[in-house]
Amino acid sequence: MEKKYWKSLEEQNSNPPEDYLADHDYVNKNDMLDLVQGEPAGVSSSRRDFLKLCGFSLATSALVAGCERPVHKAIPYLFKPEEVSPGMATYYASTFYDGDDYGSILVKVRDGRPIKIEGNDLSLLSSGTAGARIQASVLELYDTARFRFPLAEGIKTSWEEADRNIMAGLSSARAAGKKTVVLTGTVISPSTRRIINDFLTLHPGSGWIEYDPLSFSAMLDANRGCFNRRVIPSLHFDRADLIVSFGADFLGTWLMPAVFAGQYAEGRRVSEERAVMSRHVQIESSLSLTGANADERIQIKPSQLQEVLGYLFARLRGSVPEVAPAIAEKLDELATELKSSSGRSIVVCGHNDVRAQGIVNAMNYLLGNYETTIDINTHVNLRRGGDATMQTLVDEMNRGEVAALIMHNVNPLFDYPDSEGFRSGLERVGLKVSLAGANDETAAISNFVCPDSHYLESWGDAEPVAGMYSLQQPVIRPLGDTRQMQESFLTWSGRDGEYNTYLKEFWMNNIFDSPGEGTNFQAFWNSCLQRGVYEAPPPEGTLIPPDRDYIESLLPPVGPSVSAVGEFEMEIIQSVALGSGRHANNPWLQELPDPVSRLCWDNFLAVSPADAGKLSLDTGDEVLINGSIAIPVLVQPGQTPGTMSAAMGYGRTVAGKVATGVGTNVLPLAGLAGGHVDYRISVNSVEKTGRKHKMALTQTHHSMEGRSIVRETNLPEYRANPMAGNEIREKIQKHMYTLYDEVVFDGLHWAMSIDLNACTGCSACVIACQAENNIPVIGKEEVYRRRIMHWIRIDRYYSGNSDNPGVHFMPVMCQHCDNAPCENVCPVSATNHSDEGINQMAYVRCIGTKYCINNCPYKVRRFNWFNYARSDDFDFHMNNETGRLVLNPDVTVRERGIVEKCSFCIQRIQEAKIRAKTEGRTLREDELTPACVQTCPSKAIVFGNIADKTSRIYQLFRDKRNYHLLEELHTLPSVGYLTKVKNRKS
Amino acid sequence: MDTYNTSIRPALVRGNKDYRQVTGEIAGPAERSPAKWWYVAMTIATGALLFGLWAMYVTVVEGLGTWGLNNSVGWGWDIINFVWWIGIGHAGTAFTIFLIVFRAKWASSINRAAEAMTVFAVMNAGLFPALHLGRIWLIFFIFPYPNTRGPLWVNFNSPLFWDVFAITTYLLLSVTLWYFGMVPDLATMRDRATSKIKKGIYGFFSMGWVGSVKNWVRYEALAKILGGLAAPLVVSVHTIVALDFAVSVIPGWHTTILPPYFFVGAIFSGFAMVLTIMILIRKTFALTDFITRAHLDSICRVLIFGSMVLGLAYMTELFIAWYSGSEYEFFTFFRSRATGKYSVAFWIMVVCNAIIPQLLWFRKIRGSLGWMLVISIIINIGMWYERFVIMISSLAQDYLPSSWVSYSPTIVDIGIYVGTFGIFACGMLLFIRYIPMIAISEVKSLTRPERDDTKTGK
Repeated sequence: MEKKYWKSLEEQNSNPPEDYLADHDYVNKNDMLDLVQGEPAGVSSSRRDFLKLCGFSLATSALVAGCERPVHKAIPYLFKPEEVSPGMATYYASTFYDGDDYGSILVKVRDGRPIKIEGNDLSLLSSGTAGARIQASVLELYDTARFRFPLAEGIKTSWEEADRNIMAGLSSARAAGKKTVVLTGTVISPSTRRIINDFLTLHPGSGWIEYDPLSFSAMLDANRGCFNRRVIPSLHFDRADLIVSFGADFLGTWLMPAVFAGQYAEGRRVSEERAVMSRHVQIESSLSLTGANADERIQIKPSQLQEVLGYLFARLRGSVPEVAPAIAEKLDELATELKSSSGRSIVVCGHNDVRAQGIVNAMNYLLGNYETTIDINTHVNLRRGGDATMQTLVDEMNRGEVAALIMHNVNPLFDYPDSEGFRSGLERVGLKVSLAGANDETAAISNFVCPDSHYLESWGDAEPVAGMYSLQQPVIRPLGDTRQMQESFLTWSGRDGEYNTYLKEFWMNNIFDSPGEGTNFQAFWNSCLQRGVYEAPPPEGTLIPPDRDYIESLLPPVGPSVSAVGEFEMEIIQSVALGSGRHANNPWLQELPDPVSRLCWDNFLAVSPADAGKLSLDTGDEVLINGSIAIPVLVQPGQTPGTMSAAMGYGRTVAGKVATGVGTNVLPLAGLAGGHVDYRISVNSVEKTGRKHKMALTQTHHSMEGRSIVRETNLPEYRANPMAGNEIREKIQKHMYTLYDEVVFDGLHWAMSIDLNACTGCSACVIACQAENNIPVIGKEEVYRRRIMHWIRIDRYYSGNSDNPGVHFMPVMCQHCDNAPCENVCPVSATNHSDEGINQMAYVRCIGTKYCINNCPYKVRRFNWFNYARSDDFDFHMNNETGRLVLNPDVTVRERGIVEKCSFCIQRIQEAKIRAKTEGRTLREDELTPACVQTCPSKAIVFGNIADKTSRIYQLFRDKRNYHLLEELHTLPSVGYLTKVKNRKS
Repeated sequence: MDTYNTSIRPALVRGNKDYRQVTGEIAGPAERSPAKWWYVAMTIATGALLFGLWAMYVTVVEGLGTWGLNNSVGWGWDIINFVWWIGIGHAGTAFTIFLIVFRAKWASSINRAAEAMTVFAVMNAGLFPALHLGRIWLIFFIFPYPNTRGPLWVNFNSPLFWDVFAITTYLLLSVTLWYFGMVPDLATMRDRATSKIKKGIYGFFSMGWVGSVKNWVRYEALAKILGGLAAPLVVSVHTIVALDFAVSVIPGWHTTILPPYFFVGAIFSGFAMVLTIMILIRKTFALTDFITRAHLDSICRVLIFGSMVLGLAYMTELFIAWYSGSEYEFFTFFRSRATGKYSVAFWIMVVCNAIIPQLLWFRKIRGSLGWMLVISIIINIGMWYERFVIMISSLAQDYLPSSWVSYSPTIVDIGIYVGTFGIFACGMLLFIRYIPMIAISEVKSLTRPERDDTKTGK
């Protein structure tokens, strides 16, 4: 609090009039911004304001034009805050949780603003990695679509006013004996759960409903049926020798993909010493990222799921089923494999189907997996939402029983299948309060919007998995007049005080009491805050055998669950980039190409090549599904013939400038069968509308053309010959001659190794790189013109037949060739080689001949075709002051007309070198990692100094699996790839 | 001079003209006010020029994104057109070499116009490398000048840097050759001029030429020196343009045959363009006595030769692509060019450049202006496609199939190309309007003074 100075006693005793403050506030914060940054809800700028601004701008521009350049003042701190050194980054441990994904993170803060998210390596769960959506979340802090103040009926209001009205509304609801319902996404914060429960006790008869747009409700119900516990168990893919997944895209979108990708890669890492790896069988209808990584992929239609599960379960039990599905032979084989790896296997199912989930539970129990790979005691707290309760809520609302609805982190008007029912119900609710941070479909029709702060502005805690706690701390003051939701609930519960004191007390009373933590809470708290995580001893519990009657009640499965199967079956899936569509307004994620289809800025109807031929459809054709939803087609190899799929999360109608109107919302097609959202749809008609869509594909050729680009082998061959699949390398090396002396790098020679066996293609590295290196977003039209700016791309190739192809991923960035073709053709030496083996770009020197782009065999160089920063033609985040705050000050923002590319994160290398120098020691290999290496969930990328013969990278480059891309051109790349090993017999 | 009056080679200038007639007939068009068609042509050319200027403005102000280029195809219509114009710009200097170095006197009546064509073509060509820069305002970085940045030098290894020198040298020399060759004729124009302004302007540019023996001795000496300098340049400029591609690693570019192949191709397309223009000039200005069928016939013979060399080059490339065993080259030549996505362009190139010109073996076709005009235009279409095939098929489908793209030009790309036609046409129209389009003094040396003597009775 600022010290108060006064001139007279009157002044000392009087408070400034409220309206003065409001006015003052109004002028300061919002007036100008509103005019400049578009029209937020509730603020209308008058013509007078406009003229005032015009006059002001005119005067300013005249003034500025008169000078040489505008003067930007840099004022040093008079008293430097302890933890802020200008130019030095500070890292704070925190927690990311958005309702779908969880991640323990470190936030990089430069000069008071968070600019980058990294994984927190102290977390046992995410162990230092972060997925694409977590990486991208920092951009949302600076989203101009966020609410900057509370709204009442769409008009700006003050917090006091809003609170007063809401509390009045709540008490009148109570008085009328009607229900107050709190509708939230799954809350994994134990303190927040307590706050909401406390709030609910003040409102007898009220209820709290957790709702997930990506529903796990069937799995929860099946577990309650089997084990009497409505939880999701912990899964350990690393402990399994055999992974069988029925449509669970656990590497891309299912539950905790980044965590699972890490486990999965751990179980599949091979070396000459340890040539064992897990085997992965994926049974699915649409080609998911997980299916693309599987050793074997079996195609089924969604309607065949129960039949297939029933058959497999019967085989596991040793009985011979009466009806055999078409793929019985493969299932028999699978049953044998499963039996032989009992206790070392894991079966998962991604369908929201209780019967299927129940059978999968029974299978896992039968195979003894509950003691090893599946842990139901250490349950996962994510995705607790129940579809049935949500349905009940909609009914109650429509019956007029709900008087007040408080919504946090949900957007059912967009993502609930029966959004119309929800809308009509909502109309009968008297008090609708939304706690959304940014405008969305539901907030737009709420009576009150009490904007939640961004997670980087908020305190919080989380318990994603039983016993694993983590803390969230604010790293910046709220940018707008927002208030975190916990404080809103505390206020409405009539409690004073801030949430952070509440949080601390909560931890003192509930989490600190674990033994072995000493007696000093403050020390415990500080250490937790510093580390970001606190892992309590895992909860004890015994495994109860599943309820046999319940299992039997599920058997035998009753045929197709898709009611009245039409000509085609369709599945609603999630895209790796957008998931439920929560982050649709994030341009980084919109421009992240889907790892399998390589499409961005759109969702699409995936149609198998066979069906596309039958229906004479081509990629880009718009079709009308069931006469209601118009969506462009993408011919997707690997899609089971007779099935189609489309991703949810697109087609937002009320969102910021980025998301609105991108793609099509397919969720209205989903049904609500038997108390669960059914993402499987019967398609009765597919009509061409005749319109053509521009598909922003980043890769349009899918075959390797017989070139040895992604080198692959299988486990038996690898065991016999560690060079299997990589034989051609010997031949190439034999033919390598040069007239010149070999260049010797003393001291440092940076290199990177990418294990293709670990890489799942999840694309987290792409976003990490984008955040670190200020890579611009260019929009759909420019991506369509094949100008995407990403410095690292995930190439995806298909092999084999197009019905069920092999899929191969390969991350490609600048290869930092020691004999680089780009370097010797640049007429002005703008690209050259450092004495540490890095191919560098001198942006200031580049005049943009693009000769280097042409001469790069890897085509990793990117050109600034336009001015991407500060241009309203590229209306994303770099054309406004707020959005530009996310830029990394260590990396130049490139001007139009110059070439850029991967720099091996040279700024990080320099930073580490300077740090080592000031500390008077040599550089350690492990003290710096490029952004892609840091975030990689499967730890597929290793970076290091190859001149150091003891380094890990040196060893990897000598691995028999190592090869270099297009090595035959004698470009001498500094990036090595390790061959992919698949676990199959042939 | 008797040597030219043999039964094997007919007279190079027909019509038993005396010097006055020669001067009058050649200088005439530059002295009369132009015909109606000239104004029409000039209007169209200016329109094209303005379209081009708009496209260039958009390019410079908005950025190269307005072109059809992308992450894989960094050079498109810009460099295709650059190479195409540079190729056309070869003929003028080649003619001069024939004339001065090989003393092939038949080239006399053609070389002026051919040189003019060269100058405008090379100017057009020079536009593209400048426009294709991302930051054209920093174009001076490409020159090796002492500076305060280190000094920071250019990359002497880069073919693009060699290009800058090859082209600027060539342009300077072409202009010099053209201009100094014109000096005696400009003096003639000065002497014949009736208006004071014209007299002044022609007088200024004729540099005080009086036609003295000393003038002529200097003139001949300079012509020999410049011709001697130009001769290697004709070879070097397109060789160096070829090195832009040959030095790279891209399949379809990385071939040692490119320098001779480009050189012959350039002469070929340049001669075809000369043929087109000569036929038009001959027809419009009725200069049949100076630009005889024998001239056109000679050009056609050169074209046949060029066509065969190109055909051989195409076959050699295909053979080497197979024989080298490089799968990438094999793909580019056989599965991308000969049979794949770019097969239409490839076969247009082969048919237009290697097959259709073979028709010129027939005397009848060589005797028909219509046929020759059509074939000469077809050749330049074919040569444009040759550059298209080289540029786009190699870049759009190179090593990693993940980066394979499609390329199509935008309205801005097309605008600049049309604009260069405008520049070329405007230049040529102004040239025929103000400058004698045939070297009067050179042609006079081909007429027969002894006949003149008989005529005047001496």
